[in-house]
Amino acid sequence: MIEFINLTKRYGKSIAVDQLTLQVPERRAVALWGANGAGKTTVIKCLLGLLHFEGSIRVDGLDVRRQGRAVRQRIGYVPQELAFYKEMTTLEMATFYARIKGAPAERIEPVLEEVGLSEHLTKPVGALSGGMKQRLALGLALLSDPPLLVMDEPTSNLDTAARSQLLQLLAQVKAAGKTILFTSHRIEEVEMLADQVAVMERGRLQFLCDSANLASRLGLRTQVKFIVPGHEVERALEVLRGEGLEAQRNGVGVIVDVSHGEKARPIHTLRRAHIEVIDFEME
Amino acid sequence: MNIPVVWTLAQKELREALRNRWFLLYTAAFVGLSLALSYMSLAGAGIAGFAGFGRTAASLINLVLLIIPLMALTVGAQSLAHEQEQGTLAYLLAQPVTRAEVFVGKYLGLGLSLLASVGLGFGIAGVVLALSDGAGSPASYVSLMGRTYLLSLAMLSVGFLVSVMSRRAGVAIGVGLFLWLTFVFLGDLGLMGTALTMRLSVGQLLWLSLLNPLQVFKMAAILDINATLDLLGPAGIYAMQEYGQKLQLIFLALMAAWMTLPALAAYARFHVRGDF
Repeated sequence: MIEFINLTKRYGKSIAVDQLTLQVPERRAVALWGANGAGKTTVIKCLLGLLHFEGSIRVDGLDVRRQGRAVRQRIGYVPQELAFYKEMTTLEMATFYARIKGAPAERIEPVLEEVGLSEHLTKPVGALSGGMKQRLALGLALLSDPPLLVMDEPTSNLDTAARSQLLQLLAQVKAAGKTILFTSHRIEEVEMLADQVAVMERGRLQFLCDSANLASRLGLRTQVKFIVPGHEVERALEVLRGEGLEAQRNGVGVIVDVSHGEKARPIHTLRRAHIEVIDFEME
Repeated sequence: MNIPVVWTLAQKELREALRNRWFLLYTAAFVGLSLALSYMSLAGAGIAGFAGFGRTAASLINLVLLIIPLMALTVGAQSLAHEQEQGTLAYLLAQPVTRAEVFVGKYLGLGLSLLASVGLGFGIAGVVLALSDGAGSPASYVSLMGRTYLLSLAMLSVGFLVSVMSRRAGVAIGVGLFLWLTFVFLGDLGLMGTALTMRLSVGQLLWLSLLNPLQVFKMAAILDINATLDLLGPAGIYAMQEYGQKLQLIFLALMAAWMTLPALAAYARFHVRGDF
């Protein structure tokens, strides 16, 4: 379990994290959610002992300041920006970090296979794609089978396919019973992985909620554009408005403003009215 | 301290140094020039001064003074600053390692790579001399090699101190080059200027010059080969008269101080840093 008690981090006169008190219970996944500059990465860096801070951070009762090595022994860390020794091959890199973590050598290849890198063992790390690098980072984090996984924006630099691949892997890691703390500003990621979300703004914890309630607590809305046959546009607007949805004409189609969990509602409404939906997109 | 972790880090440093083109370039220059010097010494043997190993050792002093500090300072200056800039240092420190292990591992690895470089330069020249039946005592040659290695470690320590104080590798290398210039050229000029304007006594001049580790190396090496410092002029004669047999011990202590004090200061700074 991770406990942050009155965690405060100052850079000169500015405060990056302000009196954060938060618990991450065992076998639960907690997301730190917030815009850039909210202080999420700073919290992670303080936990890893990379920054000085005020207040206290404990992991399984161990003090981050005084028992840093023992704390980090319990943590697998996936950074936001991958910083690897580019000349090393995938296998050399994994072997190096296995030795650093005191992980048995026989765990290296199974872990690399688990993250889908067994065919790239002899490739220099610098030549791996962004998705592969991120999967390697996850593999390195899992080498010593730590009970805790800490990730800083794990999918931020990935394309859609790579992101989906990594999220599937992370879902497996979560199902295996690891305690997870991660930062994100992607609502889908948070909803998929986290049990709870700590919403941060300008260094302060705004509120803590279940991940399923995040969108409604934040009042997030999505605009969905529908293409319907030209002669049905007026009727589509009438039907949608009749259902209490905010709908407007948008060129050859209609645009509907819906809350985050209601994106499918306009489609069902149009289908019930036997109006064909030719295409749609979300913003 | 976890020794396997330190050794793993040292091995990585050693491997990287051997892939570093600057390091290879310095080593190649050192090996090539020391080989050339040994040939020239052999060719001129018997004409004047030293011969064989002794003559080569004397010629190598100036080469060492020029190349070894440059190599060790730049390698040391790059060490931590480069990794900090790349982000690899923060990732490494996020692992179950202590800062002492990271520092010692890096120092050990780079120290070993310098040993390889110095050993290669002196070794190849030594083999050539031995095969050519070079006259003179190999002992002074081996002693010079040992002193060269100590000098490289002293400069590596200074480089580490520069590295830990800098956030960018470019700045660290710039400061390292400036220090090299200071130790090699500006130090001497400054000393001459100070001696003239301040009217320093010979004793003061000697001790001021001993603040420069390169001067310590030079005097110790000359004393080794020549058994006297007379050829250094009044300061050398004064040193011989005043300290006599104790001189080598003084030189060794000064070099040990240059090796340890900057390294300790660099570690102290690295240990308390909280901005990774």
